[in-house]
Parts: sequence; C-alpha cells; structure tokens
Amino acid sequence: MGMTMTQKILARAAGVDSCKAGDLLMCRLNLVLGNDITAPVAINEFERMGATIVFDPARIALIPDHFVPNKDIKSATMAKQMRDFARAQKIVHYYEVGRVGIEHALLPEKGIVAPGEVIIGADSHTCTYGAVGAFSTGVGSTDMAVGMATGECWFKVPEAIRVVLKGKMKPYVSGKDVILHLIGQIGVDGALYQSLEFCGEGVASISMDGRLTIANMAIEAGAKNGIFPVDDVCRAYLKDRVTRPWEAFEPDADAVYAREVEIDLDQLELTVALPHLPENTRLARECTDMTIDQAVIGSCTNGRIEDMRMAARILKGHKVAENVRCIVIPGTQQVVKDCLAEGLVDIFIDAGAIFTMPTCGPCLGGFCGVLAEGERAVSTTNRNFVGRMGHKKSEIILASPAVAAASAIMGRIATPEEVMA
Amino acid sequence: MKVTSKVIKYGDHVDTDVIIPARYLNTADPAELATHCMEDLDTDFKAKAETAKIVVAGRNFGCGSSREHAPIAIKASGIRLVIADSFARIFYRNSIDIGLPIVECPAAAAAIRDGDEVEADLDKGIILDRTTGQQFEATPFPAFIEEIIACGGIEEFVRAKISGKKA
Repeated sequence: MGMTMTQKILARAAGVDSCKAGDLLMCRLNLVLGNDITAPVAINEFERMGATIVFDPARIALIPDHFVPNKDIKSATMAKQMRDFARAQKIVHYYEVGRVGIEHALLPEKGIVAPGEVIIGADSHTCTYGAVGAFSTGVGSTDMAVGMATGECWFKVPEAIRVVLKGKMKPYVSGKDVILHLIGQIGVDGALYQSLEFCGEGVASISMDGRLTIANMAIEAGAKNGIFPVDDVCRAYLKDRVTRPWEAFEPDADAVYAREVEIDLDQLELTVALPHLPENTRLARECTDMTIDQAVIGSCTNGRIEDMRMAARILKGHKVAENVRCIVIPGTQQVVKDCLAEGLVDIFIDAGAIFTMPTCGPCLGGFCGVLAEGERAVSTTNRNFVGRMGHKKSEIILASPAVAAASAIMGRIATPEEVMA
Repeated sequence: MKVTSKVIKYGDHVDTDVIIPARYLNTADPAELATHCMEDLDTDFKAKAETAKIVVAGRNFGCGSSREHAPIAIKASGIRLVIADSFARIFYRNSIDIGLPIVECPAAAAAIRDGDEVEADLDKGIILDRTTGQQFEATPFPAFIEEIIACGGIEEFVRAKISGKKA
C-alpha cells in the first residue's frame, strides 16, 4: 500500500520500511522547539524526570518570542529560566532579544528546518515547517521535555486529506485566503488527527511565504501537520539557508487518502474569518459594513517580508483611518532590516501605523495591542477565539495583510480594490 | 478507576484560550492557573467545580494553542474527568501526559446534561448517567495509559519505572 509524504517521513525516522495510518512509531527527532511560555514548563518536567543533559544541544531550539521583550516581572522570570537553561545546556539555537524573531518565522529563515525532518515544538503552530516538506507538529511541554531528554517521540501515524490546488491566484489573493477558505470548507476539526497534504499544479505559483502561511494554520483545521511537496520554488528558498544534507519525500502514486479536497485558485477571493472561530469564513467584500478599532499585521502566520511588502503596497500614499490603530509587527530582525532597506518602514509611519519589534505580542493577548471590551480588530494572525487578543467581549476578524491594510485605511473591513486606484 | 460526580456541560470547540487565557500564562503554577480556569467561557466554573468533578463537552475539546497549562488548570481545579465527543489532538496527548483522565464518547457527550449525576468506570469503559438512567460505552484505556494516569502523569510514570529498575 502506498504512503503519503508524512507517512514516508515518519517511517524513515522510525527506521522502518513502511507504515500505515494508525501504526504507532517511535521516531528520532531532528529538532525539539520551545518558547518562553512552554519551555519553562518543559524544563521543570525535564528536571523532575531526573534528566540532567539534553540529547543534543544542536537539535533543540529555545526561542523567546511570546512575552518578550519581557512584558512584566513574571514573564521576565520565565524568560530568564529558559535563558539560564539554554546557557547551562549550551543550546545552539537559543537567540536572545535583538537576534531573535517569532519562532515560526525565524526557524525557516535561518534554515534550521529542512525537508524530510521530524520536528516537534511546544507550540501549536509548529506545523508551519511543512511548507519546506518537513513533518512538524505541535506538542505539549511534557512531550517537549521527553524529546529534549531522549531525542525521540512516539507518534500515531496519521491518515491524510489530499488538498489539490488548481490554477493561479488573482492579484491581492494570497496564501492566507487559501487556508481560510479551506478551514471554512472543512471546519476547525475537519482534519482532526489527520495530515493536510497539499499538491497540484497550483502549488508552483504559491511563494514560500504563502506556503508557510498555509502550513502554519493547518492546526486551525485540527490537523496534526500540513505539508507541501519540495519543488523548485522550495529548493531555491532552501539554497544558501540549509547547508546540511536533506531528503525530500513525494507521496506514492497509490498513496491512500481519507478524502480529497480541491481548491480552484482562479476562483478564490479575498476571505476573512469572523468571530469567534477560524471556520466562520466570509468573502471580505461581503463584510464591508463591519467597523474596526485596530488592524494587526504580523505574527507567525503573516509576519514575513512578502506580507510586509503587500501591506506597504496598500498603505503607500494613504492614511490609516482616524479611529484605527494599525500595528505592523515584522516577524524577525531580518524582516526588519529588509523593511528598512526597501523603504517600507517610511511607508508604514507616513500612513500613521506603528512599526514594532518582532514579537507574538497581541496575537495571544499578551501585549503590544491588547483589545478593550467591545473593541474589534482585523488581524493577520491565526485565531479569533473568545478573548484571544484581550477582553472576552472583544472581537477578531482574521484576514490577509492586503485586507488588513485596506481595512486600516477605510476603518472597516475593506478590499484592496477599494483603496487602490 | 471510578469517578462519580455532578456534571458541568459545555458545547463544541472549547479552545485552550478560554480554558486558560494567555494573559495568565506568565506563570506555570497549577494552583494559580486554576484560579482563572474557564473564566472567559463560564464565570461560575470555579464555584461549580467545588461540587462537580466531571466536565462533558462537544466536539474538538481543547482546540487551539498547545499550552499544557490548559489541562493543568483543569486538573488543578479539581476536575477528575473530561468526557467529550472528540478532543483536539495536542490537548488529548497533553491530558494523558499530565494525568488528567479524558474519554471520547460521542453518545454520552450528546445525551448527558448540565447538572446530571454521572458515574464513570474507566477500567470498563462504562459511563452511567444516574439522573436519566442512560448508560454509554466508551473504549476503556489500555493498561499503560491507566498506569500513567494512576501515577499522576507521564513524568511520575517514568520516574516510577526508573526507580523500579534501580530497586
């Protein structure tokens, strides 16, 4: 019986010739990831387990990004606990404030994740690295602790949904619209316990930043992982980033899938998700009566350079509406530098937006843009659950950078066509 | 393992952001996390959890963030069992890892009402709604999962194994 991309990667990591959905495998890990919220819990577990030394200091990434630069004393204490552990264990991929970025923007950018690798992270959006053909999935802190101690993790081999992408996206339409549309179609538990495996001739026209956005939100459909094939676009991205050898896996021609979903990119329109679930999707043009108080452009979902370029393209020569705070959050220091070099920062500031440091900040209601009671934000982040960005009576509308930027100008949900001449 | 208690009932897609909002994730202390458990979904949760020890919910319970703080907060609130139509996979794994018993049982999740008195026998996989007299069957945990939960989590389970080997 044929295997999916995910099944092939898991089989290799387990040292077996083949596997099928439902098999339980113990797999070797290429990378174990944690952040300033989840790693402290994992470090406590690691120590309580009686572990004293990590399996490989070069295969662990500890990334302070959620509540840093430290937002309060308690957060500072947790960041310090992770820093102390990283120093004591000589963790190679620990990046300090000033060098760090949002974990899922930083790791692909630095080539720390590669095709065919098996990666666990104590952060649900670890599934992002499927964009480069890796198997990567979110776990809790205890699994992270076990991974740090042993370099292994057990997995139940998932079945997969085959997502066939056809055609080519229209101007302004992006990876965010693809994934929001898919979640709207299959629901927030539509891929529960399953892989989302993307394929089809439409893949070639989607940039790596777009693929990273799509894979990032696989978890929002309940998926264990989302994964793309490794094509020329991906190889070009990996060149100069990943210097160690890697192996790409293609699905077998007779691979078995739980179901198939087709998305016609030609027909895809700008899509938003209304409160309070990512599956609550509408076309952006149907929601233009919804006013906003804040626009957030950034996050592990949409904080890459292409996202910044799109937002700047829309904001250029315009002003953010008087009643709107527009917060632009670049994903990494490299994105900051690129924004500076390309003149995007001037565009943001001239439009009346704030350009901040890389952080998860407001996405999870941490800081740097928390919402008050009754406020509504359009946001390029990934979750619009009750209270996610602040008060439990605040609202989040998920959208692409293009829609968020247009909405910031209009003070309501808007499409780029409304503001672009 | 048997749990008998009144039930607190919730709907579909209860996410980990409402189970424990991120604004409280600047601590990992279970007792402190418990004081804010479910507060964005149900302000009466804490009072209810004083007498009700079973949560019953719909589809995809625990979806969203991978924060292990979510099952930790539920467990530290005194909840001894969560029954749902289905669980988000990271939450499912985390719950077993930290020793919070969880059972998937769509029929029970649909029929059991808020406030019902429920008796659950996890070894046999039998859930009895004493209020209505309805009985439901769930797949019982395999022995090793039961052992993990009985130990209080996988960390204690591993430690017990290691010390057993040494002894």
